[in-house]
Amino acid sequence: MNMIILQDIAYFVLLVGLSIPLGIYMYKVMDGQKVFLSRAVAPVENGIYKIMGVKGNEEMSAKKYALSALVFSAVGLFFVWLIQMLQGVLPFNPASIEGTSWHLAFNTAASFVSNTNWQAYSGEAGLSYLTQFLGLTVQNFVSAATGIAVLFALIRGFILRQKATIGSFWTDLTRITLYVLIPLSFVLALVLVSQGVVQTFAPYREVAMLESRAAQTIPLGPAASQIAIKQLGTNGGGFFGVNSAFPLENATTLSNLLECLSLLLIPAALCVSFGKAVKDSKQGKSIYIAMMILFVAALGITTISEQYRGPVFEGIVTSGSMEGKEVIHGIGASSLWATATTAVSNGSVNSMHDSFTPLGGMIPMFLMQLGEIVFGGVGSGLYGMIAFVLLTVFIAGLMVGRTPEYLGKKVEPYDMKMVCLIVLAPLMCTLLSTAAAVMVPEVDSWLTNSGAHGFSEILYAFSSMGNNNGSAFAGFNANTVFTNVVGGIIMLLARFIPMAAAIFLAGNMSKKKAVAVSEGTLSTTNTMFVGLLIGVILIVGALSFLPALALGPIADYFTMR
Amino acid sequence: MEKKSINKSILGDSLRQSFAKLAPGIQVKNPVMLVVYIGAILTTALYVLSFAGIKDENGGYIIAIALILWFTVLFANFAEAIAEGRGRAQADTLRKARKDVKAKKLKSTNNMNDYNEVLSAQLKKGDIVIVWAGEQIPMDGEVIDGAASVDESAITGESAPVIRESGGDRSAVTGGTTLVSDWLVIEVTAEAGESFLDKMISMVEGASRKKTPNEIALQILLVTLTIIFLIVTATLLPFSSFASSQAGAGSAISITNVIALLVCLAPTTIGALLSSIGIAGMSRLNQANVLAMSGRAIEAAGDVDVLLLDKTGTITLGNRQASEFLPVNGVKEQDLADAAQLSSLADETAEGRSIVVLAKEKFGIRGRELSKMNASFIEFTAKTRMSGIDYQGIQIRKGAAEAVKAFVLDNSGEYPEECEQIVRRVAGAGGTPLVVAKNNQVLGVVYLKDIVKNGVKERFEDLRKMGIKTIMITGDNPMTAAAIAAEAGVDDFLAEATPEAKLELIRDYQSKGHLVAMTGDGTNDAPALAQADVAVAMNTGTQAAKEAGNMVDLDSSPTKLIDIVRIGKQLLMTRGALTTFSVANDVAKYFAIIPVLFFGIYPQLTALNFMGLTSSITAILSAIIYNALIIIALIPLALKGVKYRELPAGKLLKQNMLIYGLGGIAAPFIAIKGIDMLLTACGIM
Repeated sequence: MNMIILQDIAYFVLLVGLSIPLGIYMYKVMDGQKVFLSRAVAPVENGIYKIMGVKGNEEMSAKKYALSALVFSAVGLFFVWLIQMLQGVLPFNPASIEGTSWHLAFNTAASFVSNTNWQAYSGEAGLSYLTQFLGLTVQNFVSAATGIAVLFALIRGFILRQKATIGSFWTDLTRITLYVLIPLSFVLALVLVSQGVVQTFAPYREVAMLESRAAQTIPLGPAASQIAIKQLGTNGGGFFGVNSAFPLENATTLSNLLECLSLLLIPAALCVSFGKAVKDSKQGKSIYIAMMILFVAALGITTISEQYRGPVFEGIVTSGSMEGKEVIHGIGASSLWATATTAVSNGSVNSMHDSFTPLGGMIPMFLMQLGEIVFGGVGSGLYGMIAFVLLTVFIAGLMVGRTPEYLGKKVEPYDMKMVCLIVLAPLMCTLLSTAAAVMVPEVDSWLTNSGAHGFSEILYAFSSMGNNNGSAFAGFNANTVFTNVVGGIIMLLARFIPMAAAIFLAGNMSKKKAVAVSEGTLSTTNTMFVGLLIGVILIVGALSFLPALALGPIADYFTMR
Repeated sequence: MEKKSINKSILGDSLRQSFAKLAPGIQVKNPVMLVVYIGAILTTALYVLSFAGIKDENGGYIIAIALILWFTVLFANFAEAIAEGRGRAQADTLRKARKDVKAKKLKSTNNMNDYNEVLSAQLKKGDIVIVWAGEQIPMDGEVIDGAASVDESAITGESAPVIRESGGDRSAVTGGTTLVSDWLVIEVTAEAGESFLDKMISMVEGASRKKTPNEIALQILLVTLTIIFLIVTATLLPFSSFASSQAGAGSAISITNVIALLVCLAPTTIGALLSSIGIAGMSRLNQANVLAMSGRAIEAAGDVDVLLLDKTGTITLGNRQASEFLPVNGVKEQDLADAAQLSSLADETAEGRSIVVLAKEKFGIRGRELSKMNASFIEFTAKTRMSGIDYQGIQIRKGAAEAVKAFVLDNSGEYPEECEQIVRRVAGAGGTPLVVAKNNQVLGVVYLKDIVKNGVKERFEDLRKMGIKTIMITGDNPMTAAAIAAEAGVDDFLAEATPEAKLELIRDYQSKGHLVAMTGDGTNDAPALAQADVAVAMNTGTQAAKEAGNMVDLDSSPTKLIDIVRIGKQLLMTRGALTTFSVANDVAKYFAIIPVLFFGIYPQLTALNFMGLTSSITAILSAIIYNALIIIALIPLALKGVKYRELPAGKLLKQNMLIYGLGGIAAPFIAIKGIDMLLTACGIM
């Protein structure tokens, strides 16, 4: 256990140390300032604007911004949908994989466009190289960039005073992709390749197994480039079916550490960017701390449960719950990854969550159900968190006898409507789709387990899709018409309702003038506020999901004892 | 104005209203309580169905749930009715004043005896009417001729008559008030239905009460919470049915229990009390004799962070008082006192009287019979800025330094340098120097002191702690103003204030993001009042001022502004506190209900029942009984408002979180356990 604690501490030191400079860098990029990459990237950037026919400094209203983001995503959705169904006749298909079913293609398209990366397919068996790099990898970049763009639009809403615009979607999208995502992924992909992660267009290889000499197919492909952005952009869709539990996707302890760091890196750094952008670093810091506290608490529970609540065999000193975990990573790194991948809306795995202890599996599920705001998706996590901040500000602000305000902007009915939409959409999607699923007559045939754990498997799957995480519990057969269609729809709703609400919130905030700060203003940077924020998040989460969890992991826990 | 709080007739009336408000049309307006209402109807229907053999629970249990839900709705109605009750009583009194009277409408302003009698309701804007002593003023208007004393007790509750006269700042009259003496010619400024009295009636009655933006925002939050719980409880049906089939034990939750659970969890406490809190806030303002033109204005008062306060009456006592005689050029102090007293004997102003008092205290100078001295008194005018006395060829003058200097120089006298110095010193210390001269000789200076009110300094200190800036507005020169400002402890001051300077100051603060409140009465205050976020017009003020403001202070008291801010803040705090309490309650209710709800499916969940509740029946009954009773228990708090203290935001939050947040978690644990024990003792299992 001591080793695990040391390992976790090292992880946090690296994470915080890296997130601060990256956060400042991202703020500069999004503020349009010159950065060290400007000389190399600016010509490319201007070239892209020319081709797209947009002016670099065009200012958009909230409506136009939202429309641009939605249309852009819709085009992506249909493109990825089509490319999968047609992959059988398209090039870069050495394994001669056929086109997928319409519903699986829809589910996957919705999944990647919404930055969920839920996978009802297995990469090496279901998709061609072309689909992987032109369809999915591209969406890995742009769906992440879209989330960050919308976050900065919202931040501008707080900074601007009495303005009708919130920046340009095309500029935001282009700058994030060119200055942040591509360079970071490039570096990470190179390092991963150095560790043994594959990157090739060569066809799958037949090899003879060492002991039995039987033939085995080793799947290959342009993996490293997709894995880098999969980790960095809170995507999580593995190149291979078992994701980062597969040696060619996650080869060594170092690659595991780097992949695990990249899970949280950008979402954490965005807190720093936020503070910089609103010219009050403390604001970013208090959100960062709130997220960190929730994360550390979750990590603690998962790790302890895995270490001490594993199965007990007579005569054997328990070594914790190792089922479903890779020996190279062990309990510590597996618990850390499981917590991190569900805290942020990544969903990639290096162990199988279905095999976790009941509480160890409940925490990742609960982190998703909180609405993917404990770091959450890149951009989307922080704008979701800001919605919770506004909710907290609203209740706490009333108690000090003033109309609630945040960053100098009053919180009024329109804003509350948007905030409530952001909070409500994922929650409704999750609960309603789970309820629909358990009413399907053949639901039992999709499950590996029965009883409370069976319910957990369903709840986990729809929590994952309903909160744009994409993590799979395993043990649940997802490739059915029902799950593909319903899952695809809720992934889109859970992504784009809050996104549109965040953009319109930005537009409304931008119109307002700023209120002066005084002694009577509620502080949003002190310990009290951080505590309240955590309280509101946990209460909303617990009130919404406690009954369901009681029938799943909690019942599981008590029946197993 | 009715000032008694809640008497028996209001109570009885409210009980009747509680049932009248069961009409669906009224229930629809409150979405949270609508859920309870529908729940009550559904459970009642389930009870009826149970006779037909369709039952998901024991009939007695269903009707118990149904009854408790009906009571919950009635309690919410009662809370609203009782909050409205006080206003209704007040409105009835006001209606009596609004009776139609015969108005004497003049054909022209030249002949006051040439009029037609018309009903007051038929008067149009711009009509000219005459009102004689003993008659009621038929409609709001502006006095264009005459002066009279008017009994305005019908509106203000103040029985002493006030003077109304043409021109100046006391020219507005209100329909429904009565002339006590003399006569007035009035130009009608409002028509029937939109008069001040009409507005007042609808305001106190709450008839025209629109939901304020803040109330709407909170409503949105409450509806969202309700939707969440609706989904949570509705999905429990398939969840529990699936779980029971998986576990092979127990059964799905009954619809009765789903409804009960939903009502428990929905934010019914704040939902039931929300409108009462708003009405009670308005009512508290009315009790302070302030009439707000909208609920919005009260909330804005809570947000105000800059108060423009008139010096006179708010910060200092209305009158300056003589405190010292300061002779010049070797004049004896007593001679100065003598001359000053002589010139003030006929001076009826408070300053004049204070000079006479000081002369008597210091030198025992008695009053003299002016008529015997063949003296004539020179009255103070704004133009001459001096007053004095002429007798036996002697001219004594006292007044502003500049004016007396001119007078002395005109009489070929000298104005000594020493006098200039004393004048500067007095002004610098916040006093008002009155220079006294006898013919062409300056005798000295009378030091008039502004007396800062007791306790204002502490008051301003408290306001500062809350982040509210106080700014003193005065016509004094900057030096005097600075001294008084320092003594009173205000944050800033505006000296030699003109209406334009006030307007400029307000705009300046607003552009920096502040919300500004001010009081005003004159027509020249109207632009500043219109600009301010919270503008309180004095009832004694002009029609223009009243129209520009968003509140009217019937007492015309300059300190009222501070009370208004308090009421505004208290209103918002009460809303926040009860919302927190309501949500915090849910946490405890969950712990009470969830474990026992699934007993049948997973008996192992008993481990979570650390409250030791007897059964799912007693647990659910206890929770919804608590849920209903807490509404009644909190009505007094909703009406009175939460305890208010002038503290910084951080401390206020900590205090309220402790009471309503932690208290809100603890209270239901204790109460539900108590009720559960009681039910168990009664043999309900």
